[in-house]
Order: sequence, then C-alpha cells, then structure tokens
Amino acid sequence: MSVQFSPEKLDKVNEIVARYPQGKQKSALLPVLHLAQESFGGWLSPETMDYVAELLHIRPIEVYEVATFYSMYNTKPVGRYMFEVCQTGPCMVNGCDDIIAYIGEKLQIKAGETTADGLFTLKTVECLGACGYAPMMQMGKTYREHLTKEKVDRIIEECRQQAALNN
Amino acid sequence: MKKLLLANDHIEGIRFYDVYRKNGGYNSVEKALKNMSPEAVVEEVKKSGLRGRGGAGFPTGLKWSFIAKPEGVPRHLVCNADESEPGTFKDRYLMEFLPHLLIEGLIVSSFALGSNVTYIYIRGEYAWIVDILEHAIGEAKANGWLGKNILGIGYDLEIYVQRGAGAYICGEETALIESLEGKRGNPRIKPPFPAVKGVWDRPTVVNNVETLAAVVPIINMGGEEYAKIGVGRSTGTKLISACGNINKPGVYEIDMTVSVEEFIYSDEYCGGIPKGKRLKACIPGGSSVPILPAKLLLKTAKGETRYMNYESLSDGGFATGSMMGSGGFIVFDEDQCVVKNTYTLARFYRHESCGQCSPCREGTGWMEKILKNIETGKGKMSDIDLLWEIQSKIEGNTICPLGDAAAWPVAAAIRHFRDEFEWHVRNPQESQVRNYGLADYALV
Repeated sequence: MSVQFSPEKLDKVNEIVARYPQGKQKSALLPVLHLAQESFGGWLSPETMDYVAELLHIRPIEVYEVATFYSMYNTKPVGRYMFEVCQTGPCMVNGCDDIIAYIGEKLQIKAGETTADGLFTLKTVECLGACGYAPMMQMGKTYREHLTKEKVDRIIEECRQQAALNN
Repeated sequence: MKKLLLANDHIEGIRFYDVYRKNGGYNSVEKALKNMSPEAVVEEVKKSGLRGRGGAGFPTGLKWSFIAKPEGVPRHLVCNADESEPGTFKDRYLMEFLPHLLIEGLIVSSFALGSNVTYIYIRGEYAWIVDILEHAIGEAKANGWLGKNILGIGYDLEIYVQRGAGAYICGEETALIESLEGKRGNPRIKPPFPAVKGVWDRPTVVNNVETLAAVVPIINMGGEEYAKIGVGRSTGTKLISACGNINKPGVYEIDMTVSVEEFIYSDEYCGGIPKGKRLKACIPGGSSVPILPAKLLLKTAKGETRYMNYESLSDGGFATGSMMGSGGFIVFDEDQCVVKNTYTLARFYRHESCGQCSPCREGTGWMEKILKNIETGKGKMSDIDLLWEIQSKIEGNTICPLGDAAAWPVAAAIRHFRDEFEWHVRNPQESQVRNYGLADYALV
C-alpha cells in the first residue's frame, strides 16, 4: 500500500492544521495520526510515520515518540477487527476475566495476538470509561458493553459475515 | 431534588439544537453576552462556590481569576474531556446525551476568560462522541452562537474538538497541554502555571466537562442561588457515576445532602446490592481515592452519618476517610477480593505512568509485581511492609499527582484490609480459589 492520503483526506489534514495558530501545526499530530492509522491498514508503519512528519513539517522522531507513547496507535500490524477488552477494577468486579478467557479460547489466541487469518486481534486494555456497563470492549470507533459469552459469539459471527461480504 | 445538569436528559431529541433551544437552551449565553461583562461572569461563578468537578475540587472562580492578561497575547480555555479515572464515566454521559449543554457552558466560560479559540480535549477512545460534539458545534455555529461577532456584541469564538489517543496522564492539565501541542503527555513542572504559560506559552485555563456545564445553571439562576443548593463548601449538584456491585449502575445527579447509605440502597440511586449480598467496601471518588470498608463508609470514625459531599467523604483524613474525587463510585460486595482489585489498579497506574519521574516509573511497576505475587499465592509477609514502604516513597515525590494517585489505593488497602493481605500470604492455595470474605469490615 502506498502511503499517500487521498485529496479528500489532504483537505481534512489542512482543515485540522487551520485549528491552531500559525507555525503550531505540530498540534495536528495526534488527529492526523488517527487519520493515517484509519487510512493505512489500521497501524502506523515507519513509512506512514515519515509521511506524516513530512506533511506537518516536523522531524520523524517527533512522530515516533508520540506514536509510541499513546496506547491507541498501533506500531505493529493488527487484525481487521480489534477486540480491546477492559480489565481494570470495575470491569474485573463484573467478570471481565471470564470474557477475556472466552474470547481467547474461541479465537485460539492469547491477549496481544492476532488470528492466523488476520481477522481478529485480542488486546487487554485499561479503563475505557464504561465502568457502569461492564464488562466491555472497544471495537473500532464504538464500545460493546454488558458483554456475555452469547454476545461475544454474536459479535464474532457479525465480524466474520461482514468480512466475507467485503472479500 | 431539582436537577440542574440532567434536568432534560430524558427529552427526546435533546441532543439536537432545535429541541435543546426550545427547552431553554442557550439562554445563559444571551444573558451573559448581552447583559454582563466578562468580569461579572467570573464574579457569579465565584459566588456560586463551584469547585472543579474533575477530581481536585479547586474553586473554579478563583482559578479563572488567576488567568494572566498580557497585552496582545491570546488566551485559551481548554475543556478537559479526557475522562479516564477508573470508575468515572459521567462526562461521557453528559457529552453523549447533552452535548449542547457543554457547548453552551463553553461559550459563556470562553467569554468570561476572553478565549476566542477554545478546545475540547477528549480521550481518544470516545471516538463516537467526537462526532456528536462536532455535530452540536456545527448546529450552534449555524444558529449564530459561534463564529464572528456573536449576538452582535463583537465577540468571536471558535470551538474545536481535539482527540487524544489513549493516555490517562493527559487528564493532568499540563500533560493535556503538552498533548494538545502534539507531544507526549509528560506533565510540566509548575510554576509557571497554565494560567500564565499554558498552551503555546499562552495563558490557559483547563476545566473539566461537568465544571463547564455547571456554568450554565449558575448564570441562569445566579451564583448566590446556586450556592444555596448543597451544604457548606459543597455547593450545587454533582454527577456521580456509580458502578461495581450495585443493582442500578449509571450516572446520577445529586445535591450533596444525600447520605452514602441512601445513595447505595435507595431505588432512586444505586438500588442496593444484587442478590441480597452484603456491602464489603467502596471506592467513593474514582480509583485514586482511598478504599473504605463498609463500616467506615456509611459512618465516620466518630459514628456520624457520612454524606456524599466533599467535606463528609474526607472526614477523618486518610486514616478513616476518603475523598469526593471525580465522583466515580465503585461498590464491592462480600465476594470481592481487595487484594485482586488493588492489583488491577496498580497495573493500571504502571501502564499509565508517563515514565518521567523515577519514583512513579519504577515504583508503580514494583507495586504491581508484588501485588500480583500476593494475589497468586507467591507473596511473603515482608512484602506487605515493602508495599507500604514503596507507596510512601512515591507519594509527594513526583512532578504530577499520578504518583499520589498510584500510592493512595495501595496505602488504603493495606491500612484497612491488612488481614486480607496476610491471609493471602498464609493461604497461597486457597487464596486462588476463593476470596477472604467479609471479616468484620461490614456494618450491613
């Protein structure tokens, strides 16, 4: 995949940069990295990071240090669907351990791994601010809450069907 | 109780401009911009006694009065929507269901502080809320509440949403500012304070979502009227996000005269504990504040009823009290293990430490390791004292309060539940299959 934003996305980048004072375009780094991650396969390759540095007129190291600091940026490839299951106190009280174990068993992977078909990545994360709706996980831009084993089954099935349609 | 923030959250379509406006929305902007000076708005907020709703509880009007006003230097208001304290999900609720209430509060507050460009820094995971907020901003702008020459008074304002990318530390205001500048979220050494040198070295005020939303009722009803609600220095209403072992988890608006017992057991709020189980412990104000065993939670050490407000929750100091914090209320029933919970929190703080200060960077990892050992039956009796020692060396020795936030839960767990830690060490096999139980912690 060549690393180059579409004209529409370049407009978006310019719109973001215009939110800050002149010469402070580095402030656009976090939003532009989100855009880059969405656009270039769900992760930030060195090529992608260098491209973002060039776009924002900053040094590549400034991008690397930000990309490695924030937990939402993936610096390694991930599956098409990422299950980010919360494991902090309030979710633990509501049985997240069982949910994490169940997903792992069902997909035959451990936390941090991706299925061989490249479809699913399981990741354990810390508090996502959904403590009243526990156990929960993040999936892309949305939250899936009040998880049960049945609900997990349905979500996995949904993803598989969606992937089959898109292939 | 009269609700001030969530009064209209049940109205169909309140998320959208027309319905919000029909229900009195944006009246505070008209009142403030047309009839008041920026100084008068600051004065009303001072009179209201409003305290920062993010966790620290610092008086908002006072914080606003500190903003420097050097000639020719732009000032900024930044809304802290980086809600990440475990147990806390109130700002999310407010932004998701009442986005215009936040925008309205931001306009009045920006006017008071002289900010022409205001940013909402929201945690990256709340991605769908970014869309909701940007839609609301678009509607407000289309209706003349944002942009150039608002209400014809010559005041300009733009609001932008900045999405973080997963870092609890960015809830700390100087880390948030660093992140807004496109850097790692490493907190700055204070002074200079943001009010003097904040984002791009410009005077900056950072306030929590709920704090800024509360400015709307304060302007509408007047600071003095607002201050009559509540008790003592806990004025107005507070959003509490309740979770853990309760029948009705969710976000509740309280006027801070409710007792803790009523909050947990009444049907109006948490609705009691599922399956008739007994209350063991509670973290009343987000994961950083001290955990309390049931008997110290419902009554203070002096035997007085404990209430859901700043003063009462902290009655007894850290020896026998806790804190109001962010309002993240986490309830534990008799089946929950305090050691395991403390371990998950220690893991959280290790994960979220920015790594800048050695006591926090090294200490959080060390505490996590020891707690994991104790929880999995590999602990020694001396580990408990070692844990105590480590937390005491972190507290107060770091640039930002994350160090304290990591130390306090461990300290409180050992202070109040030492026998449970000892039981884990003495019963390595058993501790993996069942929890220590209630002992004499419970009152009810």
